[in-house]
Amino acid sequence: MVGHLSHIAPEIYQALYKVSDPEVPVLSVLDLGIVRDVKQSEKQLEVDITPTYSGCPAMDMIAVEIKYALESIGFQAKVNLVLSPAWTTDFLTEEGKDKLLKYGIAPPLETSLDKQVLFEDARLVPCPQCQSSNTKLVSQFGSTACKSLFKCEDCLEPFDYFKCHK
Amino acid sequence: MQDNLYTYLLMLGDNSMILGHRLSELCGHGPSLETDIALTNMSLDLFGQVRSYFQYAAKVKGDDATEDSIAFLRTERKHLSSLLVEQPNTDFAHVITRQYFFDQYHLLLLEQLCESNDDQINAIAKKSIKEVKYHHRFSKTWMRRLAQGTDVSHQKMQVAVTSLYPYTEELSKANGVEKAMLAEGIGADLDAIKVQYYNELDGLLSDIGLQKPEEGYFYKGGKEGIHTEHFGFILSDFQYMQRTYPDMTW
Repeated sequence: MVGHLSHIAPEIYQALYKVSDPEVPVLSVLDLGIVRDVKQSEKQLEVDITPTYSGCPAMDMIAVEIKYALESIGFQAKVNLVLSPAWTTDFLTEEGKDKLLKYGIAPPLETSLDKQVLFEDARLVPCPQCQSSNTKLVSQFGSTACKSLFKCEDCLEPFDYFKCHK
Repeated sequence: MQDNLYTYLLMLGDNSMILGHRLSELCGHGPSLETDIALTNMSLDLFGQVRSYFQYAAKVKGDDATEDSIAFLRTERKHLSSLLVEQPNTDFAHVITRQYFFDQYHLLLLEQLCESNDDQINAIAKKSIKEVKYHHRFSKTWMRRLAQGTDVSHQKMQVAVTSLYPYTEELSKANGVEKAMLAEGIGADLDAIKVQYYNELDGLLSDIGLQKPEEGYFYKGGKEGIHTEHFGFILSDFQYMQRTYPDMTW
């Protein structure tokens, strides 16, 4: 269970766990770390979520899905969008990083390595297909705001890298 | 209503909105797939930022204003973006030069707004600066690549720099609202930004072998709602649906 949400009831946790990011469906909103707080009074819930990127087009849909998921277990939910503290890839859970890798998206490296990769063309990101680190940045901007585009020079497959965001 | 704060939020938001719109026009028209995706990603970041500014502005305004009414129902004279960001996508050299000239300012501005004593502006700045670092890196790298690429790319970059440089000063030239916001600890110190900005800009241009225009004339007016002839065309695209079908929603 994610530390900052350890106070919430298991059934609420389970319901939230089933809500996924529409752009990375393998990740739950809890894996992604965008659910920042849940406040409960009786059957009323207030859920704080924070966007990964300002323009993340999935936020409105995620807010609606969280509402529906909680209604389905008998709660009225209000979803608030909070900006502070700003989301960082540190909010991604270890389980989330494993899921990303299995899904074919390289999870973020720690900050100093990430900078070498994105800004100095270092070859450090392991290819999610063949694990080779002989990989090359193709573009800092990828298929969604949170990813950049890489290519593996050994197995020649292109892949997404979930960029470190701090 | 806090008039100065509201106007300040429009100024911050309008720059992101108009540049975001300009970049969105390139969707499907970038010179390569990767740059197309990068430019539209940046557009999306800027639109995300303007939503945050205008949601807050709507709250400050206090009547039935919403982020959408602020974006879609103001006339040209009420838009307070700088003249630089409305300049057209003449060619890729202009797109990159406009972007770098803005990103360099945007980065310095947000560094300061991260210290704003207004909690919401502070939060938006801390969120946005992470995105803008990527924009700045992208546009600065392309400035160098094009200026030092082929004779043709160098020449096109020189044309873009000559035509867009005169729009840069307005960004860091404080008007009354910006001075008032600085005095309240909410806004940025544009005099300090101006010095850093031109150090960076002129340093890069000389490093990559481009000349800034000799005459020191600068255009201004956008922040007061007086725009170039391009602005009306932007607004007619941008507001077409809302003007044709008033109060439509998705």
